[in-house]
Amino acid sequence: MKSDPKGVLTGAHFIDGDHACAEGAIAAGCRFVAGYPITPSTEVVERIADRFPLIGGMFIQMEDEIASSIAIQGAVWGGKKAMTVTSGPGFSLMMEHIGLAAMTEVPCVFVDVQRGGPSTGLPTLPGQGDMMQARWGSHGDYGIIALCPNSPQECFDFTIKAFNLSEQYRVPVLLMMDECVGHMTERVIVPPADQIEIYPRRFYEGPKEEFLLFKPDNDMVPPMVKAGDGYNIHVTGLTHDEKGYPVMTVAAQEKLVHRLIDKIKMNADKIVEYKEDQVEGADVVVVSYGITSRVAIPAIDQARKEGMKVGHLRLIVAWPFPEKRIKELATKIKSFVVPEINYGQMVHEVERHSAGKVRVELVGHGGGAVHNPKDIYNVIKNSVKG
Amino acid sequence: MSDELLDVDESMPTNTVEEFLRMERMPHIWCPGCGIGTTVNCFAHALETSGLDLRKVSVVSGIGCTGRVAGYLKLDSFHTTHGRAIPFATGLKLANPELKVVVYSGDGDLTAIGGNHFIHAARRNVDMTVILINNFIYGMTGGQVAPTTPLTATASTTPHGNFEEAFNLPYLAESCGAVYVARWTAYHVRHVTKAIKEALAKKGFSFVEILAPCPTLYSRRNKLGDGLDQMVYYKENSEVKNDIDTKTVSLSFQGKITVGKFVDKERPTYLDAMNEYYGKKFGDKYTPYKG
Ligand SMILES: Cc1ncc(C[n+]2csc(CCOP(=O)(O)OP(=O)(O)O)c2C)c(N)n1
Ligand code: SF4
Ligand SMILES: [Mg+2]
Repeated sequence: MKSDPKGVLTGAHFIDGDHACAEGAIAAGCRFVAGYPITPSTEVVERIADRFPLIGGMFIQMEDEIASSIAIQGAVWGGKKAMTVTSGPGFSLMMEHIGLAAMTEVPCVFVDVQRGGPSTGLPTLPGQGDMMQARWGSHGDYGIIALCPNSPQECFDFTIKAFNLSEQYRVPVLLMMDECVGHMTERVIVPPADQIEIYPRRFYEGPKEEFLLFKPDNDMVPPMVKAGDGYNIHVTGLTHDEKGYPVMTVAAQEKLVHRLIDKIKMNADKIVEYKEDQVEGADVVVVSYGITSRVAIPAIDQARKEGMKVGHLRLIVAWPFPEKRIKELATKIKSFVVPEINYGQMVHEVERHSAGKVRVELVGHGGGAVHNPKDIYNVIKNSVKG
Repeated sequence: MSDELLDVDESMPTNTVEEFLRMERMPHIWCPGCGIGTTVNCFAHALETSGLDLRKVSVVSGIGCTGRVAGYLKLDSFHTTHGRAIPFATGLKLANPELKVVVYSGDGDLTAIGGNHFIHAARRNVDMTVILINNFIYGMTGGQVAPTTPLTATASTTPHGNFEEAFNLPYLAESCGAVYVARWTAYHVRHVTKAIKEALAKKGFSFVEILAPCPTLYSRRNKLGDGLDQMVYYKENSEVKNDIDTKTVSLSFQGKITVGKFVDKERPTYLDAMNEYYGKKFGDKYTPYKG
C-alpha cells in the first residue's frame, strides 16, 4: 500500500530530527498522537499539533505520559494509527503501557528522544541510556522492536519503518532517538507519497463465526478488528486465550507469552537490520548506533589511515539484536569496540553473543555530550594491539 | 425442595439480561452478596431500553473487582490497566466518535491511581459515561483503604481506623465540569437503571456513582453484617435530594446517604469545542473531525 498523499510534504526540507519524525508519522498514516511535553522531544508534538487540524488528525496533550501511552492504544482499537512521544522520565512512566501494548498486541509507536539520565538528569543534552529499558523496561517477558536513527532523514524514514513494523508484527515499536539527532537540523527529503510504502493494518477477513481475536496467522501474528465492527471483542492485559478471555493457568501463560516472544524471535531475520562498512577482513569492528555511529566515523577513519583494519557495524534495529552476525564476526575478528552514551548497555549484547571468543571494549560516556572521537580512536588502537 | 420447583423449562432464559452477558464466562468471580453484579444488571437494563446500537457500545474497565465488569459484558470490552480506563476511553472515543464509550470501574481505580485522568476527562468534557462502583474499599487486593473510605472505618491498611478525609465524588465531578452527576446505591435498582440510561443519553462527561456492598472485606472488617445488611443500611439511610448542591453530599461512616441526580447541564464536548474552534480559525480549509 502507498502513503496517503494528504499531508505528505514531498520535497526537500531543512528541518531537525524531531520535526522529521512528525513528518514521518504523518506520511506513515498516523492520525492520532497523544503526548506530554518533555525536552528534547516536544518539537515532535508541537509540529503534529500544528499540522494535524488540516489533515484530519487528532492530537491531544494528555495530563501525563501514563495517559498518553494508553490513549494511543484506545485510539488503535478505534481504528487509528497512533503514536506517543517522550524522553527519559516520560519513557519510565510509559513502561506499564508498553507491556500492555505487547500483551494485547496493539500496533503503535513510542518515540523516546533520549537525554542524559538517570532521573531528570540532563534535560537538554544527549544520552543513550534507555536502550536496555527499551528492551526490558516493562515487567514480564515479551518481544519488542527498537530502531535507532542517526540523522533527521532517518528520523523521517525510520518513523515510517516503525509504523510498518508495528502493523506487520502487531507489536509496539520504539523509535530510540537521542537529543542530538532530535535537535540536529539537516536536509530531509520527503519522497512523493506514491513512493512511500505503507504496511496496512492486518484486518481479519475470514468468516465471522470462526473469528478469534488472538488466533495467530502462520507468522504468529493475529489479524485485528476494530471496536464497533460487531465482533464483541474482549481485550485484557491478563493472560488470555485466543478468544481474548482471561485464563489463569501455566499452560495459557506458556502459550501466549511464548508466542509474544517468538513472533519477534522467529521473524528476527526479517526484522534485524544493520549497516556494515569494511567489516570483511577487519581486525576490529566498531558496533555503534544513533548519534554515536556518526561520531565514531572520524575515529575509524583515523585508525584506517594509520593502517589498522577497522570495520564498522551500525545498528539500525537495536532490538531484536543482530545476534547471528555478532556470533559470526566473533570467529573472524580480534575485538569489538562499542562506543555508547551510557556506561555499558548494548555492549552487554555484543559480549553475550561473542561469548568470550574475542575482546569486547566499551567506550562509555556518562551523557551530556557525544564522545570525543579521540577516545574511540584510542580504544580502537589499543584493541588492535590485542 | 419439591420436584416441582426443580422442573424448570431449560429453554427459558433464567436471566433477562443474558443476552448482554458473556454467559460462557459464568460463573463470575464476585462474592455472594457483592453489589457489583446488581449494578451490571441495571446497566444491561439501561442498555436494553437505551435505543443504542450495541455494536457501537464499548465498555472500558480498569483493574479491580469492578474492573472485571468489562469481561462479562457481551459488547466490545477492554480490561486495561489499574486507573487508566479513562485515558484509554479518551483515545477510543476520539479515534472513533461514533462509539458510545462507557467506563465501568472501582472507586480506588478511578479516583486514587486514576484520579488525575478523572478530573481531566471531566474538565475536557470528553463524551463518555463513567460508572463508578463505590464500595469504600480496594476489594480486589484484600480491603485496603481507598480515597472513598469514610472517616473511622477500618481497612487492612488502616487497622486502627481511617483518619483521612474521603472524597465527595459528586462534588469532585461537578467542580471539574461533568455535565451529568448522579449518586444511587445498589438498593435503588430502578433509579440506578434510569440514571445510567440518562447518562448514556447525555453528550459529554456523565458520571454515575453507585454505592455497593463489599460484604467480604468492607462489611466484615467493619462488623456491618452481610450484603443484605448493607442493603438495609442503604434503604434506611438514603435521602433523595435531586439538584442539591454537591458540596453537601459528603458521606460518613454509616451515616445518612444523599442520593439523587445532582447535575444535568449542557457544555460543549471536547470534540464539539475543537471542531467549532478550528472551524472559526481555519474557515473552509477545516473539515470537522469525525474520526
Ligand atoms: C499499577 C497497579 N498498582 C496496583 C495494582 C493492584 N490493584 C489491583 S485492583 C486494586 C484496587 C482496586 O480497588 P477498586 O478500584 O476500588 O476496585 P474494587 O476491587 O473495590 O472493585 C489494586 C490496588 C495494580 N493492578 N496495578
Ligand atoms: S471482594 Fe468485595 S468487591 Fe470484590 S467481589 Fe468480593 S464482595 Fe465484591
Ligand atoms: Mg472499591
